[in-house]
Amino acid sequence: MTALTLAAYVVLAVLALVSAVVVVWHRNPVVAALALAFNLVSIAGFYLVMDAQFLALLQVIVYAGAIMVLILFVIMLLNLRQELRGRDSGLLQRVLGPLLALTLGLLFVRVLWRSVTSGFAPPTPEFGTVASVGRELFGTFFYPFEAISLLLVAAMVGAVLLAKRRL
Amino acid sequence: MEPRIVLAVSAVLFALGVVGVLLRRGAISILMCVELMLNAANLVFIAYARHYQEAEGQVYVFFVMTLAAAEAAVGLAIVLALFRLRETTDVDEINLLKW
Repeated sequence: MTALTLAAYVVLAVLALVSAVVVVWHRNPVVAALALAFNLVSIAGFYLVMDAQFLALLQVIVYAGAIMVLILFVIMLLNLRQELRGRDSGLLQRVLGPLLALTLGLLFVRVLWRSVTSGFAPPTPEFGTVASVGRELFGTFFYPFEAISLLLVAAMVGAVLLAKRRL
Repeated sequence: MEPRIVLAVSAVLFALGVVGVLLRRGAISILMCVELMLNAANLVFIAYARHYQEAEGQVYVFFVMTLAAAEAAVGLAIVLALFRLRETTDVDEINLLKW
């Protein structure tokens, strides 16, 4: 592993963590949404350095593009003055919540840390390309793929039904 | 070293998402924190896919992304409908199944 790759990982890690903190703690939902978009793009960067080019592109297009636009759209559509002022959650929640999350996070770090002992081996030439992912997707995962397309249609119909004033 | 950095980052991202869901009161903020957690899971999938040189993990990430898109669409539609009824998205105010 060269020092350059390590530097890329560290920079991406810092970007992802800082933007995630902004998402969780910033009072203004618009700022939080933009920080989330930034976080999603830095995760796409992680995908790129881990040789998942296809997924990195999908992440930018689907997540940072479509989903974030949807969220920003709804935030701006609603008049979220009260949310901006921000009623705080109860004291018990404010103490116990972070404590539980910290325990969970430490547990995850401990388990995941032990699961790998070596660095990444150099990838095979076709790893992460559209061809190799597509072969898996339309071979082994053909039926799940069809099922998820049905789910998308159901979600679309449901969203229209829920958000429309009168049908 | 690199796999450990990625795995640790995703664990911390997931924990941050949990903190957000537990602390934030706005429905949209909670949805955004759920997206944060989904992404942490995706990051682990990609890291292990890279570690074991298997394309299968990347396909799972593809499915999770689709699921997240569906979740965001339906979730935001529910938030919109709620806001029209109650003029708020505060989850503490929305505590009745029927009104």
